[in-house]
Amino acid sequence: MLLLLLGIVILHAAALVLLFVSTIVSAWTTGSTSSSDLWNNCSTTNGGYHCDPAYTGEWIQAVQALMILSIIFSFISLFLFFCQLFTLQKGGRFFVTGVFQILASLFVMSGAVIYTVMSPDWVPATEAFGWAYILAWVAFPLALISGLIYVILRKRE
Amino acid sequence: MLTILALASVVLLGIVPQQSEAIVIYTGWERHALVGSDIRLSCSFFSWRWTSDDVTFSWSYRADGARDAISIFHYTGGAPYLDNKGPFRDRLEFVGNPGRRDGSILLKNLDYGDNGTFTCDAKNPPDIVGRASSVRLLVFEKVPIQAGVITGSIIGAVLGLLLLIVVIYYLMRFLVARRVFNLSVSKHGKKGKGKEGSQQRQASPLVVDPSKLKAAASEKKKQESRKDKK
Repeated sequence: MLLLLLGIVILHAAALVLLFVSTIVSAWTTGSTSSSDLWNNCSTTNGGYHCDPAYTGEWIQAVQALMILSIIFSFISLFLFFCQLFTLQKGGRFFVTGVFQILASLFVMSGAVIYTVMSPDWVPATEAFGWAYILAWVAFPLALISGLIYVILRKRE
Repeated sequence: MLTILALASVVLLGIVPQQSEAIVIYTGWERHALVGSDIRLSCSFFSWRWTSDDVTFSWSYRADGARDAISIFHYTGGAPYLDNKGPFRDRLEFVGNPGRRDGSILLKNLDYGDNGTFTCDAKNPPDIVGRASSVRLLVFEKVPIQAGVITGSIIGAVLGLLLLIVVIYYLMRFLVARRVFNLSVSKHGKKGKGKEGSQQRQASPLVVDPSKLKAAASEKKKQESRKDKK
């Protein structure tokens, strides 16, 4: 029982860490001289390494908002899990925790989908998607599975 | 003892600013403007000395992509000297007040070619050591939304909705517990809504009592008959 609990918490924490890293690190698109992410376009010109704030478009801001919301909801879900662990009756389900985690995964999915759809505008043909973008796509099924496990799980003893 | 401390602090405060004295120049960081409009680039400075009569302001401009900066404005000896040969001839105006440490200039009728970095350098003799400050000008066809406005509003809206749902949930629970809103089916199989339900519940104990009395009376009769029989 304790092992199962530990496994579930580790899965949740892994999804949360992936979300954090994906949102913060500047590697959503990478090219030979520049990399850009949700917040900055950084490029190495012959003058040195300098960063400009990202396009002030509406869609990139929507992606920023969705990624931040997914982090917030995943945090709330972790907090609620520990609350429910100690207050739930025997045989009860971690329903609220699961709902929040599933919502977090949906937000990540929406953010990644919007970024993919707008990529012809944002990612020039010479550049490729970076690893932080891939992390966002990996975090989505991880968070979804974690949320579903919470919904199915029943509290024993 | 205290007087010595006070004297020491006064002396130190008197000495330290002299050594770290430097002029600090303030301009904006970035300015956005529409094509064809005018913009005021502000420049002011902070100095420990009084504003001298020989205060000078100079503005220089480096276009986006250019390597060198050209000088476009200079104020010295009480008179401003505007650009009369460069890209800003006839488009520049001095709107500052040197006596108030303000060296702002006005750029008129902006064009896309005016994108670039404007640097303001001010000197207040004898306070001449300082770092020039730059402001970046961006000329747009239409002014874009500030970075972060949509982000903040989406996050705020979703969290506000969440808070609203939580508050409504707890409010409903509170109201149901107070029996103001009786939406559940009562024990005796009768559906109750509103205050009628609570009245029915209160009435039922009265209904039960007569039957209890009857049962007690029949019990007594039985006991009496047993005694009689004995």
